[in-house]
Amino acid sequence: MSLFINQLINGIHVGSIYALIALGYTMVYGIIRLINFAHGDILMVGAYTVVVAIGTLGLSPLAAILISIVICALFGILIEKVAYKPLRNSPKISSLITAIGVSMLLQNLALLIFTPTPKPYPVPLSVAPLNLGDIQISFITILTFGVSIVIMMALQTFVTTSKAGKSMRAVSEDMKAALLMGINTDNTITLTFAIGCTLAGIGSALFCLAYPSVSPTMGSLPGVKAFIAAVLGGIGVIPGAMLGGFLLGIAESFTKAYISSQLSDAVVYGILIIVLLFKPSGLLGKSVREKV
Amino acid sequence: MLKVVDLEVYYGAIKALKGISFHVNKGEIVTLIGANGAGKTTTLNSISALVPIKSGSVSFMDIDLKTLPAYQRIYKGIAHVPEGRRVFARMSVKENLEMGAYCRKDKASLNRDAQRVYEHFPRLKERRNQLAGTLSGGEQQMLAIGRALMSSPTLIMMDEPSMGLAPILVSEIFHIIQDINKQGTTVLLVEQNATMALSVADRGYVLETGNVVIEGTAKELSNNPEIKKAYLGTA
Repeated sequence: MSLFINQLINGIHVGSIYALIALGYTMVYGIIRLINFAHGDILMVGAYTVVVAIGTLGLSPLAAILISIVICALFGILIEKVAYKPLRNSPKISSLITAIGVSMLLQNLALLIFTPTPKPYPVPLSVAPLNLGDIQISFITILTFGVSIVIMMALQTFVTTSKAGKSMRAVSEDMKAALLMGINTDNTITLTFAIGCTLAGIGSALFCLAYPSVSPTMGSLPGVKAFIAAVLGGIGVIPGAMLGGFLLGIAESFTKAYISSQLSDAVVYGILIIVLLFKPSGLLGKSVREKV
Repeated sequence: MLKVVDLEVYYGAIKALKGISFHVNKGEIVTLIGANGAGKTTTLNSISALVPIKSGSVSFMDIDLKTLPAYQRIYKGIAHVPEGRRVFARMSVKENLEMGAYCRKDKASLNRDAQRVYEHFPRLKERRNQLAGTLSGGEQQMLAIGRALMSSPTLIMMDEPSMGLAPILVSEIFHIIQDINKQGTTVLLVEQNATMALSVADRGYVLETGNVVIEGTAKELSNNPEIKKAYLGTA
């Protein structure tokens, strides 16, 4: 029983990180129907920013992490402006290929600047874990879960009640109709990238606290898994990304504990295939029916 | 108020508008009628800058709109009820109306306008918390018009408001168009239903394959034998 609960806690821990990253995928997809393959690499950008900020500039860990989140948001805005905006009216496949290109560019730039040797994440967190009988909850788990939940609730409130959030939903439903309402859709898209990458920046810090090794390709795997989480929950649907993230994290953690740790990735991809076969729109996704 | 001169629009190599000119005076209801593919929707879309203009000009209240981006046109007082309604299906009726008022800042007159919309369309008030996608076609059309009215426009452009509606709803919608006009909003109406359009309009233009072929008062057009034959279905 305690194994079960400990694994559930582990799953929720990693799941909340997937959920944070998945939100960025799903928001960007929702608004411009683009899978931003470079999104996972924002994690790496955030991690190296912390490495430089602490190692080279000598900042405090908290300041370094806050700066890294801002840098992630700026990278998101920059990538959108330079790589995706010029292709707004091109076929979807062009932006998709560009997204892969941006991902490779970021990874190779990091290789060039930081070399392939992994660097340790320089934020030590030594707080005693919480012991409840056989069940142990680490401080990082509590922090990760707490931060994710607060952010998700804030995001949900933002998109359902604020004017900017509502206009974001309007743009994601119908960009031309949104233009007719007087919404500056370019600004809305920029804001979406900024928010998505801010969440990735926060996800980066939480991810690195759990897995403190920084390398140029570190963003790929969590990026792919968060993408799967977004598809699992229903891409374009914000609560779907959260649900998908948690489910994926828990599934992964249980596979590692009860089946085989080597099979955990296979199970994750298997879940994706099964969902796509039986409910292509995802768990919370609405099947699109065009009304003529 | 609205002046369109020698407007040319291309879709790729296809010339959709071949230099059309028309104008709308303050307080009028002007209708553009014509068959499918005549260029009616393209005309409205180019006034809203949803499609780029190749040559010619669009001016509104004596200001050339050439450099004004699409999203800023509603701030000048031009509202557009697009073809096919295009309400935000996954947003509530109330949120759709809020989006219509996106360009507004004055809260007090905003509430007054919301009341006005609900007076025009009591059904929308009943369903204000429902998702727009769950409304019937007629209700969606009412919402699309209500949404445009929320910007308190000087000119409202409507693209085929009668499309796909039951005849009883069509006359209801046209009554509302007349009401809106009486309350001081100028109307540019694009319609395939020429009979209905000419019955409410002051003047009209007949479009054929990207050209204005006939223009005149609604009365002249209704009595024109060619139009009777081609568009009104009466000999």
